[in-house]
Amino acid sequence: MKYFRLIVANLMRAKRRTFLTVFSIAVALFLFCTLRTVITSFEASLRASQATRLVVRHAASLVFPLPLAYRERLAQVPGVTGITYGNWFGGYYQDPKNHFAQFAMDVPTMLDLFPETVLPPDQAQAFRSERTACIIGRALAKKYGWKIGDQIPIVGTIFPGEWRFNVRGIYEGKTRDVDENTLFFHWDFLNESLPEGRRSQVGIYWLRIGSPDLAAAVSHRVDAIFENSPQPTKTETEKAFQAGFISMIGNVQLLLTIIGSAIVFAIMLVTINTMMMAARERTTEIAVLKTLGFSDGLILRLVAGEALLVSLLGGILGCGLAALVFHQLDFTGGGFFPNFRVLPATVLTGLLLAAVMGILSGIGPAIAAARLRIASALRKVA
Amino acid sequence: MRIPLVYNLRNLAARKVSTVLTALGIGLVSWVFIFTLALAGGFQSALQSTGSRSNAIVIRNGSTAELTSIIARDAAAAIESQPEIARAPDGTPLATHELVVLWNLERKNGTEANVVVRGVTAKSLALRPKVRLVQGRMFRPGLEEVVVGKLANARIAHCSVGDRIKLAGRQWAIVGVFDAGGTSFDSEIWGDVELFMPVFDRPVYQSVTFRLDEPAHFGAIQKRLEADPRMSVQVKHEDEFYAAQSATLATLLRGLGLFVTLIMALGAVFGALNTMYAAVGSRTKEIGTLLALGFSRGAILTSFLIESVLLATLGGLLGCLLALPVNGMTTSTMNFASFSEIAFRFQVTPLMLLYGMLFAAVMGALGGFFPSRNAARRVIVEALRQV
Repeated sequence: MKYFRLIVANLMRAKRRTFLTVFSIAVALFLFCTLRTVITSFEASLRASQATRLVVRHAASLVFPLPLAYRERLAQVPGVTGITYGNWFGGYYQDPKNHFAQFAMDVPTMLDLFPETVLPPDQAQAFRSERTACIIGRALAKKYGWKIGDQIPIVGTIFPGEWRFNVRGIYEGKTRDVDENTLFFHWDFLNESLPEGRRSQVGIYWLRIGSPDLAAAVSHRVDAIFENSPQPTKTETEKAFQAGFISMIGNVQLLLTIIGSAIVFAIMLVTINTMMMAARERTTEIAVLKTLGFSDGLILRLVAGEALLVSLLGGILGCGLAALVFHQLDFTGGGFFPNFRVLPATVLTGLLLAAVMGILSGIGPAIAAARLRIASALRKVA
Repeated sequence: MRIPLVYNLRNLAARKVSTVLTALGIGLVSWVFIFTLALAGGFQSALQSTGSRSNAIVIRNGSTAELTSIIARDAAAAIESQPEIARAPDGTPLATHELVVLWNLERKNGTEANVVVRGVTAKSLALRPKVRLVQGRMFRPGLEEVVVGKLANARIAHCSVGDRIKLAGRQWAIVGVFDAGGTSFDSEIWGDVELFMPVFDRPVYQSVTFRLDEPAHFGAIQKRLEADPRMSVQVKHEDEFYAAQSATLATLLRGLGLFVTLIMALGAVFGALNTMYAAVGSRTKEIGTLLALGFSRGAILTSFLIESVLLATLGGLLGCLLALPVNGMTTSTMNFASFSEIAFRFQVTPLMLLYGMLFAAVMGALGGFFPSRNAARRVIVEALRQV
């Protein structure tokens, strides 16, 4: 591309304008990446879910528990190779605003069924052997500055009172999509502390199956067993369960997409305007180039290339900044977005969008420049 | 002497394409600003207006939502016998005890929602004057009949009058639709609490709500009930209870909106700067002429600034026009305090439109200042000489 230097020289001549245009595009793409990452971080739980795990819950909703007695019957269903269970605890630390997930889990089976929560063997042993022990995710530990050996008081909203748990381990996710903002403690401890009438109730059973192909058949078998009991079940893959949860958040994705589109469109209009003004100022120059023998096609490519270059520069700056900033800041949005990081796919989409913006904003002025008639253009200025 | 406003207007009209593109760009930014305000405002008002200042709600101590609360039958009876509770015309206390469960139902678009199913008493309606039937009739106590809120009616499958809906293994006839005036009750399904208790296998209520005879009596009844050894409860103003539920999400929505619009404004100011610099650049000769005619530098600065603000205000106006249809649009989200579906309407208020216009004007002023100063600093001879 021997004309690259000509394009760069053109851009450098109006430094202020180039700078302003590049930055306004960078701002738009920074916002695009941010909004897109809000959506992808909601979906992190989908990416972290295992195809060989099923979730069993009460058919009505998570609010209704299932009897502990289901454990034996579930374990015997053909195709099931492992089972664990637990309850959503729903407490908070010091202030109701400090909400993070707490689960009461059957500890021995849990560590076996959730291999993606990685815990050093000595910490796992310590967790297993103490009734009031808990383990917390790395991100959670960092947020509140908790260390192994600390005692964490949690106020229960579903199970009243203040509960104290000793931190015996800090787990890490095997992949970056695994949530590291949860506290796990012993289901047995919760169960024994409850009044007689509320004991032996389980919120969720997780089943491990031999292969993902068995999911439909096993789910069907499980639900058929309890169909006519007072506590019917709903069994689905972990992914479907998480997807259902995300769909409850509602139209957030649509709203964010609307806002993102409006932003990109607004900046595109402004960029089109800038490119048009830039081309208009250079009418004489283009006429001179044509006089020198530059072909219409070459002029078209030069003007369009300039717009494309400006947009791509803005794109790289905006997307790069988003990726860098959120990575550095460990941004979590007050715990709402535990996995807030810009995915490579988002950056790629952003760059593509920048290219499209460049082409759309450059095409009009480029065609006008290519069609310019030398004589009238040169006459205009005098 | 001032440069006449007509000069600016004609200048904008002379460069139509450029004016329209810039105004539209700024307009979209203020549209995004109004849109996010309307989103957060609509959500918050749905929950805030749900509660009334003259009502008090009693839930179990430690619970943050009705769903996780438990009020035993005898405790409910004790609460309702307090002397500070207002009386209905027949002399009975204006109080209700309710059961709340979440039920997983299908939305009309095929996805699932956790819908609040509320068991109510005859007094529930009297305590919530905003709720009124708009279609069909009220359910009859003791029968398997329910009424649905108008947003549940619009968004949840099989929720029209005449339909039947399956809850807790039984078929319930939908006999009416109620309008709760934009409150969160609009997303709920209501039936007879005494029938719901055995059917849903719930031996306890979730909350007790009552009207105070005198608002000033709240403190006294709160103190007495919270100290009562027969129960472990907390008493709250109904409006504060619901407002607290919306606080987290509304703050998040507002924060997101502010973040997006502030950064977005930066981009738009860059765009406005570009446009105005170009406008100044292409009118160098004109500026020289104005200076030669004797207009002061201050007058030229003011004039260009006015032009920029005018352009941006035009955009703001456009943004407001585009924002008007957003008003009343329905959307839904999850109430994170209770994990239940809450549908609400976007609320565009005149104040928000005003904010949008102001926002645009400020962008215009910021984007116009430096180019205007640039214009005012021109030297006559050089400006006139330039081609």
